Amino acid sequence: MAATATAPGAPTSRLGKAATEFDDRLIVAGPVRRTLNKVFPDHWSFLLGEIALYCFILLLLSGTYLTFFFDATMTEVVYDGEYDPLRGTDMSAAYASALDLSFDVRGGLFMRQMHHWAALLFVAAIVVHLLRIFFTGAFRRPRESNWLIGVVMLVLSLLMGVTGYTLPDDLLSGTGLRIISAILLSIPVIGTWVHFAIFNGDFVGEEIIGRFYIAHVLIFPAILLALIAVHLLILVKQKHTQFPGPGRTEHNVVGNRLFPTFAGKATGLLLVVFGVCAALAGLVQINPVWLWGPYNPAQVSAASQPDWYILFLDGSTRIFPAWDINLPGDYTIPALFWPTVVVAGAMFTVLALYPMIERKLTGDTAAHHLLQRPRDVPVRTSLGVMALTFYLVLVISGSNDVIADKFTISLNAMTWFGRIGVIVFPAIAYMITYRICLGLQQHDREVLEHGIETGVIRRLPHGEFIEVHQPLGPVDEHGHGQLAYGGAPVPKRMNQVGGARRAIRGFFTPIEQPSAVELEQQGEGRGLAAGEAARELTSSGRPSDGGRPSDGGRPQDTRD
Amino acid sequence: MNTHETRPGSAGGSDTPGPLHGGPDEDYTPEQLAAMSREELDILGARYDGVEILHVDPGPEPGSRLEKRAVRQVGWTFAGAGISALLFLVVYAGSGWFLPEWAWAEEGTTWSALFTPLLGLFMGLAFTLAGVGLVLYTKKLLPHETAVQDKHDGSHFDRVTTGATLVGGLHNSGLARRKLLTRSLGFMGAAFGLMLIAPLGGMIKNPNKGNPLGRTNWAEGVRLVRDDGSPIRPGDQQPGSLETVFPAVPGGNRQSDAATMLIRLRPEQVTSDRPREGQADFGYGDYVAYSKICTHAGCPVSLYEQETSRILCPCHQSQFDVTQGAKPVFGPATRSLPQLPITVDDEGYFVARSDYIEAVGPTYWNRERI
Repeated sequence: MAATATAPGAPTSRLGKAATEFDDRLIVAGPVRRTLNKVFPDHWSFLLGEIALYCFILLLLSGTYLTFFFDATMTEVVYDGEYDPLRGTDMSAAYASALDLSFDVRGGLFMRQMHHWAALLFVAAIVVHLLRIFFTGAFRRPRESNWLIGVVMLVLSLLMGVTGYTLPDDLLSGTGLRIISAILLSIPVIGTWVHFAIFNGDFVGEEIIGRFYIAHVLIFPAILLALIAVHLLILVKQKHTQFPGPGRTEHNVVGNRLFPTFAGKATGLLLVVFGVCAALAGLVQINPVWLWGPYNPAQVSAASQPDWYILFLDGSTRIFPAWDINLPGDYTIPALFWPTVVVAGAMFTVLALYPMIERKLTGDTAAHHLLQRPRDVPVRTSLGVMALTFYLVLVISGSNDVIADKFTISLNAMTWFGRIGVIVFPAIAYMITYRICLGLQQHDREVLEHGIETGVIRRLPHGEFIEVHQPLGPVDEHGHGQLAYGGAPVPKRMNQVGGARRAIRGFFTPIEQPSAVELEQQGEGRGLAAGEAARELTSSGRPSDGGRPSDGGRPQDTRD
Repeated sequence: MNTHETRPGSAGGSDTPGPLHGGPDEDYTPEQLAAMSREELDILGARYDGVEILHVDPGPEPGSRLEKRAVRQVGWTFAGAGISALLFLVVYAGSGWFLPEWAWAEEGTTWSALFTPLLGLFMGLAFTLAGVGLVLYTKKLLPHETAVQDKHDGSHFDRVTTGATLVGGLHNSGLARRKLLTRSLGFMGAAFGLMLIAPLGGMIKNPNKGNPLGRTNWAEGVRLVRDDGSPIRPGDQQPGSLETVFPAVPGGNRQSDAATMLIRLRPEQVTSDRPREGQADFGYGDYVAYSKICTHAGCPVSLYEQETSRILCPCHQSQFDVTQGAKPVFGPATRSLPQLPITVDDEGYFVARSDYIEAVGPTYWNRERI
């Protein structure tokens, strides 16, 4: 360095020089440093949305591959491919190309199944991500806009699923398309007009596969892509929420910087998501369209069911009573309209508006960056579980014929189970969840006041037996803890506050010096080793009381 | 502004580089920065981004057994990922070359049954192992740091100054005063909106023209034929059986609304048969014909349980009783399956006496009117 004649601090390595050349032109060093330094909170539940994102990437890649071979037309062709049982059968070009993808394209079946599995995981990841956001209150101001965008993306992903499911034009998807057609027809006043606009005439026509195709591969993905970009930009701008804990406030984010820790973990997750989808794609068969045969309006197979994310609508349709509304003038509102358009519309509207509804009811208009534990907001948690129960009863009803068949229950009994259950179970679920939340809250307070149950029974001089409790912090003259509840998990087992030494690492033989571990533990000022001299444990495990800040200050975590 | 402007940030022809643009570059000279270590620079930069490194747990000590073991684990995981990727390539490219043919065959070779699972296994292993290796690397070999980043609230200064610029621009446009302009702009915007969505009008078709929803290919004298086109005589079917029939017109068996169930009732069903009002003569002898398209959501109702005389729709489990004019007796369907009036022609084959007298398939808004 000293020998060179360059300016102080100028790079000497090739890479450094290249980076300087790059920055001379684009001036990105500042923004790049800010990006690399961005802090991400470290909690597993924050990775659920990422799973959805990675599934979407996989869907784009595998879907693009499928378009190279798929022929989205309904031209009648005679199948002449590799699959013997259907050779010579009349079918649409769409179905024939789906068969070719499965039998004549090397690895095509693998890609088709990967696309299908990734789609199922995509919607599942979105739903689980949504539940995390809901139950922890992450949708509260200032994040209502991102909640709304998320709900729109969920609806779009369902539409993506429905249109994609229809494309192969096999018997099962054709039956689904027929039901979609009936749902469109059931809309009051404009139903037939909407149907004729979308199908270009009566069911089934020649256009619908081509139209669904362009919606599936261009229109919906383009909107979804744009919304994902906005979703992430808002997320970066607003920064992450985090669970309460020592050192965590409404005005900071505690965690890992993007580079290298978070980037490493996120890329690892991406690879694992890809790996799981690829393994499922090869090892677990999904939607074997060649077994269903080409669509024929006069045929259907028993146990016709949609993919899981549409099951709830199928279930609501199955259990809704036969209630046509006949209006004067011989107009009818078909029964089918209510469990499909109205139920789905109402569910997603309530979902989208929930942040506003809660804000109105609680009057809480403040900005929140710290998450809530579900037990601390019993009403919201109970409402969520109630909605979830409603949804689950619909999902179960969506496969009530399979359940009836497998468990030899009367099909009509299953239908009545759904009809009654959809009203009764959510109410019961609300009450039970509410009680559980209150119970958990009280237990937290009890531990804070009286300490952790150690399981150690002591006999007092006058004969009384008591269980020894380990206080979490300083106690008053009555032995009651003085720590207030801060919204963070309260340790409830001795091991969570260092009641046991951590294990010496090494699978077959120890690879650490036991004495070194002992010293390390004493140095941490926490746990048995630290308290070796004075056997009284009074630390709360929080960094402020000498806990390990590397735990992110979360006393519950015992990982090392 | 003239072309010889030499102030910072100008496009003028100055030879000297512009001064440093404020901020850290003025606080830290290149010499000062050159004297700092990499760690110090990292922490300094982070502090400028509002990030404070609270605590760093260094990774395992270089050369320690702990480190060696972690390196071995991560290394073998990555190597395993590479091997799996290569095995994927071997299976993908080798099938039909030095491995057996992958393609499906009627008799089914073992390899063609294994091809796709092996592809999934190896690609799945490759990706998963690569991911696991990366996570192990991050967890076991990288230092664990805890960082805190400040969240910034909105700046009052920014709000006020931005507001002033916006309002100023709006004020200068004079739109608040120039009512004619606002009105004409509004009119133009509405007209443009209509113009831009107008081409979608090409999608609109009148569903009430020619009654496409209420009509099928059935008509007087059209024979009832099976899927293969063969006509049916009374006596071809066993009592209690059901056969799907189509109109004997070109493409009749692909018509989405024409599929019909021809059912021969058993003698005891005939005695208990109570057809719908005015449709008592729609059947022929012990034969009745009902539309196969469910009146609920349009699925083909296919499952006929002859002991109970019930037809079940497999989509939403509506049940219809064929001895009561195919009336819905359970489930979400609201209307009976339409009945096709049938008779036999001179040659003794079943024919339709007319089209269905009502619309076939799912209910819609103005079904009763057309």
